[in-house]
Amino acid sequence: MVAPAKKPYRVVGSRPVRPDGTDKVTGRANYGADIRLPGMLYGRVLRSPHAHARIVRIDAAKALALPGVKAVITQADFPAAEDAITDLGETASNLKWLVDNVLASDRALYHGHAVAALAATDPHVAEDALALIEVEYEELPPVLSVHEAMAEGAPRVHPNMHTVEMLARFSPGPRSEHDIPNAASHLRLEIGDLDQGFAEAEVVIEREYETGTAHQGYIEPHNGTALWNESGELTVWLSTQGPFMMRDQLARVLKLPVSKIRVIPMEIGGGFGGKIPVYMEPMAAVLSKKTGRPVKMIMQRDEVLFGTGPTSATYVRVKLGAKRDGTLTAAEAYLAYEAGAYPGSPVGAGGMCMFSPYSVPNQRADCYDVIVNKPKVSAYRAPGAPAGSFAMESTLDELAEQLDIDPLELRQRNAAVDGTRRIDGAAFQSIGNEAVMRAAAESPHWNSELQGENRGRGIAMGYWGNGGLESSAYATVNRDGTVGLVLGSVDIGGQRAALAMQIAETLGIDYEQVKPIVVDTDSIGFTAVTGGSRTTFATGWAVHEAGLEIRRELEARAARIWEVDASLVHYDDDGVIRGPEDRSFTFREIAGQLHRTGGTVQGKADVMPEGTGPAFACHIVDVEVDPDTAKVEVLRYTAIQDVGTAIHPDYVEGQIQGGAVQGIGMALTEEYVYDDQGRLRNASLLDYRMPTTLDVPQIDTILVEEPNPGHPYGVRGVGEVPIVPPLAAVANAIHQATGVRTRRLPASPRVLLEELLPEE
Amino acid sequence: MSSRIIISTEINGEPAEFLSDERDSLLEALRDRLGLMGTKEGCNNGNCGACAVLLDGRLVNACLVMAAEVEGSQVTTVEGLAEQDRLIPVQETFLERGALQCGICTPGFLVAAHALLQEHPRPTEEQVRYWLAGNLCRCTGYDKIITAVLDAAERADAPSG
Amino acid sequence: MQDLRYARASSVAEAARLLADGGPTARVLAGGTDVIVQARERTRQITLFVDIKGIPEAVDLRAANGEGLTLGAATPCHQIYGDAAVTSSYPALIDAASLIGGTAIQGRASFGGNLCNSSPAADGVPPLIALGASALIAGPGGERRVPVARFTTGPGQNVLEEGEFVVALEVPAPAPASGARFLRFIPRNEMDIAVVNVASSLRFDGGEVVEACVVVGAAAPTALVVEAAGEALVGSPLSEESIAAAAAAARDAVRPIDDMRGSIRQRRHLAGVLTERTLRDAARRARGEEVVSHP
Repeated sequence: MVAPAKKPYRVVGSRPVRPDGTDKVTGRANYGADIRLPGMLYGRVLRSPHAHARIVRIDAAKALALPGVKAVITQADFPAAEDAITDLGETASNLKWLVDNVLASDRALYHGHAVAALAATDPHVAEDALALIEVEYEELPPVLSVHEAMAEGAPRVHPNMHTVEMLARFSPGPRSEHDIPNAASHLRLEIGDLDQGFAEAEVVIEREYETGTAHQGYIEPHNGTALWNESGELTVWLSTQGPFMMRDQLARVLKLPVSKIRVIPMEIGGGFGGKIPVYMEPMAAVLSKKTGRPVKMIMQRDEVLFGTGPTSATYVRVKLGAKRDGTLTAAEAYLAYEAGAYPGSPVGAGGMCMFSPYSVPNQRADCYDVIVNKPKVSAYRAPGAPAGSFAMESTLDELAEQLDIDPLELRQRNAAVDGTRRIDGAAFQSIGNEAVMRAAAESPHWNSELQGENRGRGIAMGYWGNGGLESSAYATVNRDGTVGLVLGSVDIGGQRAALAMQIAETLGIDYEQVKPIVVDTDSIGFTAVTGGSRTTFATGWAVHEAGLEIRRELEARAARIWEVDASLVHYDDDGVIRGPEDRSFTFREIAGQLHRTGGTVQGKADVMPEGTGPAFACHIVDVEVDPDTAKVEVLRYTAIQDVGTAIHPDYVEGQIQGGAVQGIGMALTEEYVYDDQGRLRNASLLDYRMPTTLDVPQIDTILVEEPNPGHPYGVRGVGEVPIVPPLAAVANAIHQATGVRTRRLPASPRVLLEELLPEE
Repeated sequence: MSSRIIISTEINGEPAEFLSDERDSLLEALRDRLGLMGTKEGCNNGNCGACAVLLDGRLVNACLVMAAEVEGSQVTTVEGLAEQDRLIPVQETFLERGALQCGICTPGFLVAAHALLQEHPRPTEEQVRYWLAGNLCRCTGYDKIITAVLDAAERADAPSG
Repeated sequence: MQDLRYARASSVAEAARLLADGGPTARVLAGGTDVIVQARERTRQITLFVDIKGIPEAVDLRAANGEGLTLGAATPCHQIYGDAAVTSSYPALIDAASLIGGTAIQGRASFGGNLCNSSPAADGVPPLIALGASALIAGPGGERRVPVARFTTGPGQNVLEEGEFVVALEVPAPAPASGARFLRFIPRNEMDIAVVNVASSLRFDGGEVVEACVVVGAAAPTALVVEAAGEALVGSPLSEESIAAAAAAARDAVRPIDDMRGSIRQRRHLAGVLTERTLRDAARRARGEEVVSHP
């Protein structure tokens, strides 16, 4: 279902086949793992079996003696790293921590932490050799939860770390006066006067929530192939969301100038935020340098689960104050998110997003980034927001019940509107929040009657800010009337189509006339990651600018051909260039004359747009809970979202459907299971349970198109917010079905059954 | 030390003879020995379906077949689905319905869907979901995949021309 | 993948010889859905795979009228649930065959492999036991038959001696007015290891239960025949009371462990729930009503 677009577009809003589609349905598309180079070696990584251990000794002699093994490396083979913060787009990281996370130095800080790597002539030999590397460990006590970690006298994972007081998200300030063990930082977000807000309240409700560790779960494992040639130039082929980020991280870890590094992005098999940090790529590079041969590394699935960054397990406490009519007067939250072994959890985003769908004059969120002996977390789709929103939206549901107000009605009464201040003090402009709530209220799903035993319906809102950042694009007019579109944004789910559509719209030509290509870091200007819901927005803006430059150039060229003043020539939106005396060129006509009239015309743009449009979503879900087994079936699901202008509605819907199902996974089945020694017990796709086709229904979508005035085509980011509402929506539905409030997710049958069974 | 064996088989309708490590899986043989990169590795453990192929017409995970086992057999991979220069209906409907985002699971889904439609030309939604439950997709939430398979069944059913 | 050799046997005798020559680290390769993973993850030392799928008896599927079912040890699940005779006469086997892994796993996985892997949570084993099946074993000393109920001796352990392997499974023909049902509980709806699974079979005579067998899996070191459940059911018509008594007996009999897949309390409770559900469905099947295994 799509609301009518605000502007009559020719290409935007249609549903063409993606340019890379045929290669992807025939098996021809080349992903990172598909690269093969002459003389290539195969690299593997040895990982710590302990959650916390001192590395006493590493002896690779036996491994090196195995025929076919060409090199073994440890962190000592990297240049020494100093402390300095580096910006990764969605998260920030200190270089020393970055390097230590790639390969442990003196201590392994989580089960699966890389301690050594090797390269051999054959993948089987490389695997055999791993067992021949001798590592002597001295086990240390692990810290495994935020509660353990922050307790007085808790062992400190980083003995010299002191709690930092954040000035704002991503802006570290001075040491905090209140040092808390293993709390890397504290961020307070605040507006209004919280005490006064609670004093005005007639009802106050305070609840605690927890979520487990969840992984992005992309089907393609991490991979990287490196060739460090004899001139000291490094080329890396891999699947990444951000080739330039990868280049920057490699430059810092390896102490190379960026000009010596070329990153070639292959097709990428999913990322969701997880394919931004470096893992094996620097190891492959150093192994290549040592051997003089290209080195290919691919993670096994268990390595992906225990060796890369999932999202935080969390603890959130929320306290709401309201009038009897439901008006919220105060909202307070305490959030502690697991960072893993190095700082950098998305707890600030959790505090930032959870109250944002609502107008609450007095708000405070205290956000703690907490070190534990688990893998360092990475970005995962709207990083940090799902857990915070789970807490807020569950508590709102309870408040609605207490006040006997319909849960959607309660949300509508408190809806943030244009001008409403967020917790960081900024005021919203042109948001579709109310429109989303209205669309939910009018939706067939919300207005249907839920029939049957043991069934419940839940609703929840979600908010995400979306990203801008830098993008480059480059377009060339070919003589056959087509346009070559050169992009630095990796295509992770249809971006080539969405970007080709935007420049086709700008030029007034057909989508089929645009030939987009994603290129390497030597072939285009800096472009930030495909992530943060920014690509169709920011790179879309860049292709539009490139298109406008082509329009100006073609106007000038037509003026020259017609020998008239350029001011009399106009490039119209239908792609026709019109001049005096009814003279005109179609795009194809003038393209065919370019090389005879002065040469090729190119458009290029580098943009860093500011006007990102925040995204709001409302999800409605019906569940049935088997009272005997506590298994939750999702019966019906509707996701309503303000998407701005839907450039390619299929891929907009697809983002929403995929995000919703990932959220359902977090709500019901997905979590890391650790033993009391901190060893990950379910590092497989058998026991890390992502939803299958049989676990979810069709996901209905309602696209609310409130164009973002900060973008030429009204684009808002769409990819991230759909993972925010499902957790609370499902939990609220379970409550209606069973009477049980699930305050810890996932609501696995094992946990829920304890609630349903009488106490023993 | 590993030993090498020569395997004779038929892949996508063509006879194929190749040198393999005795401990290669069919997945490793297809990718590393034969360069048929369309079959993807997602978990290497039979839990994701990205490496689904047909072995003597039956749907299997290539990671759970030893290369040595396919001696004298027929293997069909995603590269063998299209007929000459024509996509089969389920390949077309995947494109038209936006049933892929990153595309890494797509080869496995297509091979599995192809096997389904050969056995059940007009499946119900429930049958499609049952058949494809061993294929994980993390991008789409499955919605458009299910629709694409159901559409393909209708299309294959429709009179041609 | 650990270093290993592969050999394909074309007769029972050849397989027995290859296994005997291979010693204790030789393993039969049937569908491979467990052993290939074990070889790859090095959780079990394997130096030789003996592929038995070239042996006609090992890929057999014969359901002759009144003579019972002979199921080759390596006959894949997908072939089994595509067989009309098995579907109509042994639906409890279809229950299991159609939920072991996804379709691609079912294209390879076999009841024989499932039995010999000897996991406490094996989905193929409880229905075989409930149906009174035997394993036909071949080895250096010739052939022998062992009831499936006595085959598994502990997690990953069974009665096979060195050089022996299971050639086929033999399931007696169903008696008139009998029915069986297998169900398992998993957190997802596919692609999971059973938290608990249960197979029940019932035979009626004149409205009275004359034979009953309840087998619970994943709740003890091996699949457990709950004798007390059978006793609670036999000798009277199936009633809410007798079903509840059987479920209580199942809950009492199990000796589950706490692991990442389930808790003791959950498994004990589910053993009761699934006992009740399988008994009701088994009774329906005994009455000739259809109880669908899968879509």
